[in-house]
Formats: sequence, C-alpha cells, structure tokens
Amino acid sequence: MDTANTAHSEGPSAFAKPGEQESKAAKTEATAGSALRSSAAWDGSSAAPAQPKAAELELRKVSKSYPGQREAAIAELSFTVPAGEVCVLVGPSGSGKTTTMRLINRMIPLSGGDILLGGRSVLERDARELRREIGYVIQQIGLFPHQTVGENIATVPGLLGWPKERTAARVTELMQLIGLDPEMASRYPAQLSGGQRQRVGVARALAADPPLMLMDEPFGAIDPINRTRLQDEFLALQAKVRKTIVFVTHDIDEAIKMGDRIAILREGGHLAQYDTPREILTHPADDFVAEFVGADRGIKRLSLTKLSELKLASPNGAQPGTLRASPETSVRDALSMILTANGAPLAVVDGEEQVQGVLTLSAIEQLLADEAAA
Amino acid sequence: MRPRREIGPTEATEVSALAASGPVIPNFGANSSKCVVENRFFCGEWVSKNWDSVLWPALRQHVLLTAIAVGIGFAISMALALAAHRYGWLERPTILATTTLYTIPSLALFELLVAPVGANIFAAEIALVSYTLLILFRNILTGLREVPDEVLDAAEGMGMSRRQTLLRVELPLALPAIVAGLRIAVVTIIALATIVYTIYNKGLGVPIHTALGEGPFKTELIAAGALTVLLALAADGLLVLLQRALTPWTRAR
Amino acid sequence: MGEFIKAFEFIANNGAIAGQHSLPSLTQLTLETLKVAAIGVAISVAIAVPIGVWLGHLHRGSFFAINLGNIGRALPSLAVLAIGDAFLGLGLTVVEVALVILAVPPIITNAYLGVDGVDRDLVDAARGMGMSEREILTRVELPLAVPLIFTGIRTASVFVVSTTTIASLAGFSGSLGDIIANETSYHFSGVLGAAICVAALALAVDWALALLQRAVTPRGLRLQGEAKVGVGAPAPGLT
Repeated sequence: MDTANTAHSEGPSAFAKPGEQESKAAKTEATAGSALRSSAAWDGSSAAPAQPKAAELELRKVSKSYPGQREAAIAELSFTVPAGEVCVLVGPSGSGKTTTMRLINRMIPLSGGDILLGGRSVLERDARELRREIGYVIQQIGLFPHQTVGENIATVPGLLGWPKERTAARVTELMQLIGLDPEMASRYPAQLSGGQRQRVGVARALAADPPLMLMDEPFGAIDPINRTRLQDEFLALQAKVRKTIVFVTHDIDEAIKMGDRIAILREGGHLAQYDTPREILTHPADDFVAEFVGADRGIKRLSLTKLSELKLASPNGAQPGTLRASPETSVRDALSMILTANGAPLAVVDGEEQVQGVLTLSAIEQLLADEAAA
Repeated sequence: MRPRREIGPTEATEVSALAASGPVIPNFGANSSKCVVENRFFCGEWVSKNWDSVLWPALRQHVLLTAIAVGIGFAISMALALAAHRYGWLERPTILATTTLYTIPSLALFELLVAPVGANIFAAEIALVSYTLLILFRNILTGLREVPDEVLDAAEGMGMSRRQTLLRVELPLALPAIVAGLRIAVVTIIALATIVYTIYNKGLGVPIHTALGEGPFKTELIAAGALTVLLALAADGLLVLLQRALTPWTRAR
Repeated sequence: MGEFIKAFEFIANNGAIAGQHSLPSLTQLTLETLKVAAIGVAISVAIAVPIGVWLGHLHRGSFFAINLGNIGRALPSLAVLAIGDAFLGLGLTVVEVALVILAVPPIITNAYLGVDGVDRDLVDAARGMGMSEREILTRVELPLAVPLIFTGIRTASVFVVSTTTIASLAGFSGSLGDIIANETSYHFSGVLGAAICVAALALAVDWALALLQRAVTPRGLRLQGEAKVGVGAPAPGLT
C-alpha cells in the first residue's frame, strides 16, 4: 500500500529506499501545521543561516575493544546517518549502543576504524574542539547546580568565545524554543521540575547550533506520562531545527517513535539491521531483530501510519455511525476502536463533520499484507 | 630567652612570700581600683584602662598568627588535595601524615620544633599550620569528590578542558565543604594559638599567662579568655556569611 | 640535633636530673597523665555517647549537637583551665571537670552524626520487620554508627591527653606537662624529652583506640568502607 503523503515533502534523503517515506521531521511538520507558529522566533531572531546546520555522520568500520577482554565491545560497525535525520541506536544491554555514541565525541578512544562528521574525521580534530561542536545530552542531564539556567545554556557559547549579546539573545531564543519562560533563566536547576531540567539540558546542547547531537537515553529518567510529552515536544523541535541526531535508547517503542532510521545492535556491537522503522517492522532481518521488536510488530507498524494517509473505502453515502475517528488518528488506535466495537466499520470524519471515508478490519489486514509483500 | 611559667623551688618560696604579704596589685598597678585589688570577678575599669597596652596588641597578634597559619595551611592543603584528586593513591599517605601531626599535642609539638627551628614565630607557625592540614585536606578532597559524576560527564562532553572543569565546575561545587573546613580550622587554630606564648611571646596566651602568674588575676584571665572565644565565634560567623555569599545556589529552593 | 640526643638520654634516665631527688620520674608522670586522661575520657564518654546516640536516633536536636561541637572547638583549653584555677583552685576534680567540658562536645557531635546518618531505608526496613525501637538502636544503628562514634572518642582522647599536659601551665601538677613547664629544673633537654614522651603517648593512645575500633567494627562494615571513613581521622563535620 502506498504510504501516500500530503504536499509537504522534503524529498527522499540520499539513503531512502524506493517509495519510502521521508523523515519523521518532515511528516511532523506536515501535520503539525499551525503548532509551528513559533518557528518565526527561530528564523527571525537568530543569526543562524536559513538552512539549519546539520552534518552527515559516517561510522566506518568502527571498533572498540578493552584490554583483557577477548570479545570486542564493538566490532567493525559501519553506517551513515544522513544530515538532518534522527538515527536511534537501540539494543539490549551489552550491545554497545552507549559506547558507540561516546566514541563519536571521543569520550572513549577509538580502537579501530574512523568516524567522519561532515566528511572530516573526528580523529583529526582536537577532542575538546570537537565536543564543542556536538550537542551532548545524557540521561541524568548533568546540569551545573551552581549555575543558573541561563548560565548553563550559555556554557558552550562561552567556551567558544561568543560575544555577550549574542549569547544572551541565543539563551532567550532557546528558552522559547523549549517552551520555558525566559524569565526562568535566572533560576537554579534545583528549582526546576524534572521535565523542565530535561528541556534545559536539550537547550544547553543546542546552544552553539551544533551540526550533530548525541543523546543518551535522555528521557529515561522521566515518568511515562511526561516522557511521552517530552518525546512529542522533541519531535516538534527537531522539525524546526533539523539536526543530525544520534539517539540511544533501550526501548524499541521509543526508537520507532523517534527515529528516522533505527540501528539495532546485537551484543558485541554488531549491526543487526539499519533501516527505517517501517522496514524493520515489516521485514526484520533475522530472528534476533524479530524477537527484539516484538511479536506485535505488525500492530506496531500500524502506529506509523495515520488514517489520513490511507486510501479509504468511499462512504457510499453512508452516515457516520457511532464509530468515528479523525484523520489524525493512527491506524493502530483505529484498529483498537474497531476491535472494541466488535469489528464495526470506522468512519473517518474530518473537522467539518464530513465523512472522508470508511475503514474496515479487512482493509487493515490488506494494508499489513501488502506492506509485507513489498 | 623565652618567658616560661616556672615552678622552680626558689620561686615557689618567693611566691608564697608575696602571697603572705597581702593582695598583690597586678600589672601596671598604680591607681588600681578596689575591684582589682580585691581580685573580684571582673573589673570593667581595668579592661578599658589596659585595652590599648595589653589586650588589643595581644588580640592583633592572635589574629595575625591565625591568619598566617590558616593561609599557609590552606595553600598547602589545596595543593595536596588537588594532587590527591588527580592521583588517588596519594590520599592514604597524606591522611596518615597529617593525622600524625594533628595527634601530637600542641605543647609537645611546639617544643619539638624549637630544637631545630628556634623559639620564634617560625616554630609557632609551623606547628599551627600542621594542625590545619588534616582538616583542610580532608574537606577539600571530600568536596571535590562529591561533585556528581553526571555533572563531570556533561562538562567533559561539552568540550571543557580539565582545567576549565576544575575551575568552573569542581571547585565552585566544592565550596561548601571547603568553607566548612576553613571554619573548623580557623576556630581550632584560634584556640590553639593561646599556647604559642610558651615558645613565642605573642598572642592572647600572653595575658592569660601573665594573669596566671598573679594569683591568678581574674579580670585579665576572663578578659583574655573571653576575647579568644569571641574571636573564634566572630570568625566562624564571618565565614558562614562568606559561604552564603559565594554559594547562592545552595539556598535556592 | 645535639638537643635531641640529650633529650633521649633524659628519657633513658627516666627523667632523673643530677642533683634533684624529689622530682617524679618519667614513668610516674606518664602514668599520672594517663590516669587523669583516662578518668576524663571515661566520664565524658559516659555522658556524651548516650546523649548523642539518643538524639541521633530520634533525629532531633541536630542544631544543639552540631553547634555544641562548634562551641567546644572554640574554647581554648588553657583559658578553661585557667578560669577553673582562678575560681576553684586547680585540684584533680577541677581539672577533670575542665577535661569533661572540653571532651564532651566532639563526642556528642560525632555520636549524633553517626546514628543520625544511618541510612533511613535500613531503619525503615528494620521497623517494618517488627523490631522494637531499642532493638533498632542496638542491632542496626549502633553497629553502623561505630566508626563515627569511635572517631569522636579518639579525637576527644587525644585532645584530653593534650589538655592534661596543658593543665600544668595553669598550675596543676601531675602530668608530663610539669616537666615542660619547668625548664629551670629540667633544662631544655628535659623539656624536649618530655615533649617526645607526650607525643609518643598521644600517638600510642590513638593507635590503641584505633585497634579497639577495628575490633568493635562489624566485619561487613569494615570490608565495605574502610576507605570511606579514612584512616580514623577525626570527622570533618561538614556542616
């Protein structure tokens, strides 16, 4: 089934599979529409160029071994993250996902292979300089407790020697971007809630407009309800800033939600599969991947598609019954509704109470089958 | 020749002779009030009369002795703590050495230093500095160690050099522990410096010693003793204020 | 360094000085010092440990316990002794009272911190298992508080030995300080010899107590945290 999309397209990235959907960011932008009104602040007040700064990241036969251990922690890992995309590193513990991430900004020394950021090897550069160009977000955040929120965010600009006015403007801009009142810049981390601290951590990483962001389980320490919210906010943010992002998580659902591409790692840093979420869910490379994504991957797949993207059966003049959903609903949720209603057909109703189409259980079956065959 | 409290046999007879002759009029005696002559509890009048000549100089000297000792001790301890922070194996031997010094009673340490150094300010200061080392070293090191790991990881990940991390992150966050150590050190040294007079004739120990030799002369004794305690409490309070000023984030809630 | 040689001779001679027959020997004075100090420490421990432990168990009175430590530190021992001398004359009782006044604060502070600082989760678990308050205190809190309590006792003991010698400056006779205060009779070599003895005595007391602490510390704790507590140095009191 064709994953038809609306007019807002970014064009397929260099590594997309034929007929593949474009990045999540583009999708979010397409559907989020008016929610992005504040992007005006981003474009207007910053000195950044109109093209968001993002670089391609390539790992070339990267390996890491520790003395005294027979098995390498990571053995010849290679993949490329196109500029502006979110690549999620996911796998069981011991798979080396955090290690891989930390190799990129040289927090851990490389044993073999190379890593290229924007075409330049990270090994050629001074480590400190390199890190000032990479946004770094860790699970416990690590905000400096002795500095205000504003001072925290201004850290890397300070290290880079930005003039004070530029830094101050940037801090205000970022705080608005993450949805915090700029007045709070003079507060201390101890005075913020966990969710607010997380956001400040992200802002701090974005401060110097780095071409790459590394995020290690950034939402891991947050409760599930706030985590969902933060994930959504982050996706909206990424829609605006379009950074190249390497995102580490152990949660396959988070990976599916956040990633444009997912790299599933096996123990020993072996790349089991590197693909878009849809591909991984539709055609898992082997048993390990299949097991890792879960036996419910068919249903998981459905959460990737919205009703608006489907070719729905025509209503044939039928009136919307009790079962209805908006075009924004995911197919997965729609399936849940249909099953709860004992298989009754679902009417897709838009904002003006117009019935756009009808969804049936068999249509969903067909969708899944077609994808699998593709 | 340094002044000593001497209880030789000949002096003992002298003292008893004097005692037998009626109340002794203590220092600087002319026109002493009745209060002083009767050696009552506390004669304010004596204090005001002798403030400039006896108490104030002693107080000044005492402050100077303390300041020098804590200043040098802090510098040495900071160097040792930074070294031990970097090279962990240094901690144990340093603790051992400083504990040993700390354990030696002040009277003994002063005398032991006189042999090589002489009965002068150097011996006094070396001893006083020794007593600050253990406290300051431990507190500075503990303060540095208590900086949360994730803060250090974030600092390194953002591209801070070792030096920048130390100056901008670790030391500021260690301030509460460092100042706590300074408070203890200052108060301890102020109390210990009263013994300095046994080898070097300065500080608030001098009027205490003089007073002891006169009966003892209560007013001078209490005045000098109270000054020492008040000095210690004042210094402690000032350091608390200093810490509050330097670490605004600890109070933000 | 000739002074040190003469000092060691003095020690070897057990403090005898040619021509002086009525002076007490070194061993005598050392034992006297130990006796006075021991009484002082014993009384202080008997008073301070129960109070500190009890307050710590209740997690009350932290202001009192900690500030008592601060004030105790600020009292110059010589002044306290001298005031005792001025008003009451410096007999053994007065000296002991002074020693107790000076030794109680660090013991209370450390005993309080030791018990108060026991992981609340452990206490909670113990309570949940049905232990009585007394059992919690004796079976959970006290064993875990031993390192800090003992550190306080060690600090105080060394301090008491030191103050006992200082008492001689204030006019008390009955400790090694007598020699140090009496250079006329003993000459500097004697003073130095006595100083060496005092230092050795203090170190010996500290090490002896350290061994005792080791013996009393529960094995699990010892294995876990020798590095944390440090080599028995006095607790810095980070407040």
